[in-house]
Order: sequence, then structure tokens, then C-alpha cells
Amino acid sequence: MSTTQEIAAQIREAAKRLLSEGKVDCVIGFAQGTVPMREYPYFAYTPEEAENLTWSRFCCNNLSNFLVRRPKGQADKVAIVAQGCVSRNIVGLIKENQITREQVYILGVASPGMVDRNKVQALFPLKTITEVTEDGDELIVKGLGFEERVPTKKVLRQNCYTCVMRNPVIKDEMIGEESAPTHGGNIDKVAAPWEKLAPEERWAAFQETFKDCIRCYACRDACPLCYCHVCFVDEARPQWCGKTQDEADVATFHILRAFHCAGRCTDCGACESACPVGIKMRKLTSMIEKDIRELYGYTPGMDLESQPPLSVYKPNDPQEFIK
Amino acid sequence: MADKILAKDKLGEFLGQLKKDRQVFGPQAVEGKAQWAPLQAEKDLLWEFSNTHLSPKDFFFPQTECMMRFVNQASDEQGMIMQAEPELKQARALVNIRPCDAKAMQVLDLIFVQDQMTDDFYWRDKRDKTLLVGLACNDPCPTCFCTSMNCGPHSSTGLDALLVDLGDKLLLRTLTDKAQALAEGLPEAAKADLAQAAGLKKAAEESITSRVGMDQVNAREVMDLYEAGLWDRVQESCLNCGTCTYCCPTCHCFDIQDEVQGTIGRRVRNWDNCMSWLFTVHGTGHNPRGTKKDRVRQRFMHKFKYIPMKRGGEIGCVGCGRCVQLCPVNIDVRRVVNDMNA
Repeated sequence: MSTTQEIAAQIREAAKRLLSEGKVDCVIGFAQGTVPMREYPYFAYTPEEAENLTWSRFCCNNLSNFLVRRPKGQADKVAIVAQGCVSRNIVGLIKENQITREQVYILGVASPGMVDRNKVQALFPLKTITEVTEDGDELIVKGLGFEERVPTKKVLRQNCYTCVMRNPVIKDEMIGEESAPTHGGNIDKVAAPWEKLAPEERWAAFQETFKDCIRCYACRDACPLCYCHVCFVDEARPQWCGKTQDEADVATFHILRAFHCAGRCTDCGACESACPVGIKMRKLTSMIEKDIRELYGYTPGMDLESQPPLSVYKPNDPQEFIK
Repeated sequence: MADKILAKDKLGEFLGQLKKDRQVFGPQAVEGKAQWAPLQAEKDLLWEFSNTHLSPKDFFFPQTECMMRFVNQASDEQGMIMQAEPELKQARALVNIRPCDAKAMQVLDLIFVQDQMTDDFYWRDKRDKTLLVGLACNDPCPTCFCTSMNCGPHSSTGLDALLVDLGDKLLLRTLTDKAQALAEGLPEAAKADLAQAAGLKKAAEESITSRVGMDQVNAREVMDLYEAGLWDRVQESCLNCGTCTYCCPTCHCFDIQDEVQGTIGRRVRNWDNCMSWLFTVHGTGHNPRGTKKDRVRQRFMHKFKYIPMKRGGEIGCVGCGRCVQLCPVNIDVRRVVNDMNA
């Protein structure tokens, strides 16, 4: 397998070629961040700007998010760097008529699995990490007064362990080689961790998980599914959801948002990566993902043809849950 | 008052004295992060940490705050007479607050309490009743840039007292009348102690290598900055989430709502932020900050241009670096301000 550094060089070459040939107006990828373990979404408009593009295990945003939020008239044809989950979200956006296939040129990459910066920080509690670099299967973590090596496999995001498709499902060009489709984890073993709990235990687990929420909505705003012009929590006439930190208001936001993502969520983990207080909202969303998979035999975004289960009615749809 | 020395084995007595008539809070390790919490035991108080994960502004400006209650009933004589929420009952002390956060509270004082007409009771009540005992930073983070923002790692602005960790003991510098009692009975600092504290201050200031320039931001006309091309690039990756504003010690925008159930109601003030579309949308549907670019620009213009213009050079940023660390798309305020300053 190519290293992420080798992939990064190939992304830069492809971006330069596409921009200089005039095939696209803009290439959406990642550039190196100013803090450790946080590359940022970068928009290259010229071959010179394409030099800033990078690729690593610290690319935790879902770039497809930026396909639907572009100002009108700016860069009509864009290229985008997409690993498995991002390509699945592009499929979702096409199916939901947000973009057309022709608008995007997909530079496909196999996902190496992304690093959870909170997990790395947790290994060095209260210490200041100043630099983290990849070295093969390890991370070199440098901080004020220490330097240590950490096996990358130990600190990946939870969703990356159970990824069902690391390779792009649609692409115009493959950067590097395809990898094994999964990371080896069994989604059924970890999805819906609260399913077996009694209702009161489940509620307690929910409260504990979301207790630190500051309602910044980074989870929503980082999510490529949340492209509504006006989100339900921002509706004012009528106002569906209270604005306070009261539990009912916070819970309403998270529960309703999760439902809105049913049958659409690709488990890309962008929400958890964006959260400033480290909330693991996948504990909630993975139940919905599991339901859709088990009840409807559907995994979102795997192809352009199949119909999303919640947009079609079939007489034999499962309905045991209606009581 | 001369600087005093507080031996570390006398810390229990020091905190005990603070606790006599106050509720004491301090940074503690909670789930692996430095977070503010009520201080139960001396051993829980952190001394080696960069800064608390989130700012302490919610001690004075809670994310959700009930301002008053009412009964909405024509037959009730007290109907629609607002009942103010009670004042803070017990005085408080925040121990080991970092100088940047104390500076931020002083900046917010200028906004919440200005004159007879602009005198926010809710803010002032909590500020008046809270003692701030700071802990100087000896090991600033790579994301700190307080020295560029009218502040510094040993700054005392906004504090009632400042502690400097000298290793086996602490130097105590009382700064306001409120804090004088804390120093009573403590030995005066020797010349060597003062020299050590000065040396730590110099070393800490020198270790802050992030520099943010403000001279051109101050010199340039508002519209020149407002129309600068840089905002087209800054807004590209911005998610318009509220992370930067909610982790920021100086962001202070809010929304006021009446919550009514049947005949009873309350008026609540909640944090709000300029990144939000809803924050500025009018009843007509018109939104003066209708685009993502308008909103992200507002945050930086407010902090680095409008506040300095209106508040005699004070800046709406203290260089704590929290937004640099927490922004999900790494919009680095240092880079943005340096671009504004170009």
C-alpha cells in the first residue's frame, strides 16, 4: 500500500493537471492544519494552490459537505478528494437531487482510517501536544516535555474500525490502489450499544452521553446530510425546539437530528470529529443505521441505482415497530 | 501591597480561608480534561495544565439564564408583573484562573456594564460577588498569543490576586481590596523570590512565539477591511457552527426568549452567536447577514475592529487559543488577523 505521503503527492499532481487543463474550476481537498491532527478543507483554484493539498490520517471532515454549501456562481465544476464514506455521501447527495454527477469530478482514494485526536490526547492527559506525524503504522507524538510512539491502530476513530467500504463507490480517477474494503471490525458487534438496556438504563446512558453538549451545532454543520436551508432547530414560526440548556431542549435536538439522518447516514464520523466537547453521538445514530440495515436490507450510498428505503413505499415494508 | 509568599503546605489554610464565606471553584481533571468544578479537596486543584477546556465565562454569563418569571393571567393582581430572579446568594472564588481569562472578564465588563443605561444586573451581580485568584502561566501553549492581545502569561488585569508558581512555594500578589485579607499573616517575598518570578514571566513571554499584528487592522478604514478579498477564502471552509464563539471567553452575544406554559412563564437569556443564520434574520424574512461570508466576517470584524474602535483600543480577543484548538475546520484566528493586518 502507498503511504499517505505518497497519496498526497499523487493528489497534488492530479489536481494540478485538472486545474491546468481547465477540466475543473476548483479542487476540494485537505491542507495541513496549524494544530496537530487537524488537516482542514482546502479549495485549490490554481495549479500553484494545488501545491498546498495534502492527505493523511488526520483528514476528519467529510468534504462532500462542501459540495452543497458553495456560493452560487463560484466554481461550477469541482473535483473532490473522496474516500469510501465521502463517495457514499456524494451518491446520497446525487440521489437527493442536491448535485448532479456531472458537476463533480471524483478523485477516489482508499481510506487509511482516520485518527481520533481525542483518543491521542487521552493518552497524554492534561499535556500539551505540539506535533503529531505519521511514521508507517505508528504516530510520533511530540509535546511539551515528551515524545512517544503510538500504534495508529489503537487511536483510530470508532467508525473507521467498522467501516464497510473504504474504497470510493464511484470515482472518475483512482489515486493510489484500492485497499481491502473493510477494516476488519464487525459493525454488528458494536452498533446500537444501548439496544439491550432496559428503558431507564438506556435513558441514563443517553443523558450521560449528551450531558456536555453546548449546542454549537458543529455536529449538524459538519454533516453532509444536514443541508436544509433552515434546520428544524432554527425554525422560528413556529419554534419547534427550545433554545435553552435544559435537558428536554438538548435531547430534542439530538434525537430529532438522528431521525432525520435515518437511511442516509454513512457512519462517516464527521459529527464526532467536529464536536468540541467529545460527544459520541454515534452511540445514538448507530441504532438507526442498524435498523435501516436490518429492516430494509439497505446500506446508504453504496450505489446510484437503489432506492432509499424511506423515499419509497412497499406493501410489504416491515412494520412490526408500529404498535 | 508587597508580594507575599505562600508555602505549598499552607495551601490548605489558604483555601480554607477562601471557603469560609465563599463557594470555591478551580480547574480539575475531569474525564482527562482540565475543567472548572466546585473544589472539594485541595488535592483536586490543578497546577499543571495549559488552560481549562472551555472558558469560565459561564460563571458570569451562563449559557442559559432565567432573568425573570411572570404569571400571564388577567384576573391575577400580580399578573404580568415580572418577578426578578434572586441575586447570587453566596459569594464565590475562582482559583487558578488563567490571566487571559481574567483579562477577558475585564473586557466583558466594558460591554455589560457601561453607564446608567447599559448596566447588566445579571452580569454585574456575579462579577461583584466573585473573587478571581489567578495562576500565572509558566508554560504557555503553542496556540497561545496573549502577548499580541493586550495581555500576557503573567498579566494581572481583571484579577483580584495573582499566584506565581515558584516550584516549592507560591508568590502571592494581591491586586484589589477584595483580596487583601488573603495576604494577612503571610511572609513577604524575598528579593530572590521576586527575581525568580520576574525571570519566569520573561521566559513565559519569550516562549510565546505566535505573533498577531494589529497595527494595520487599526490603521485601515472599516470598509476597506470589510470589503477585503480575504473573507472569500476564510468563509470557504467555515461550517458556520458556534464552536469558536461558545469556547471563546469574550464572545457574549445572546438571545432572549419568553417561555410560556399555560399561564406561567419565564424570560430566559441564552448564548447565541453571529455564525447562526437565525441570529440576524428579521421578522420580514430579510437577513442583513444572509450569507456565510457575512457571518464569519462579522465575528472577526467585531473582535478586532469594532471593539477596538469603540472601546479605546481594547480587543475582543485575549489570545487564549481555544478556538484555534477546537475549530472543526481549523480556521486559525492568528492567520485571519494577520491577513487582516497585511
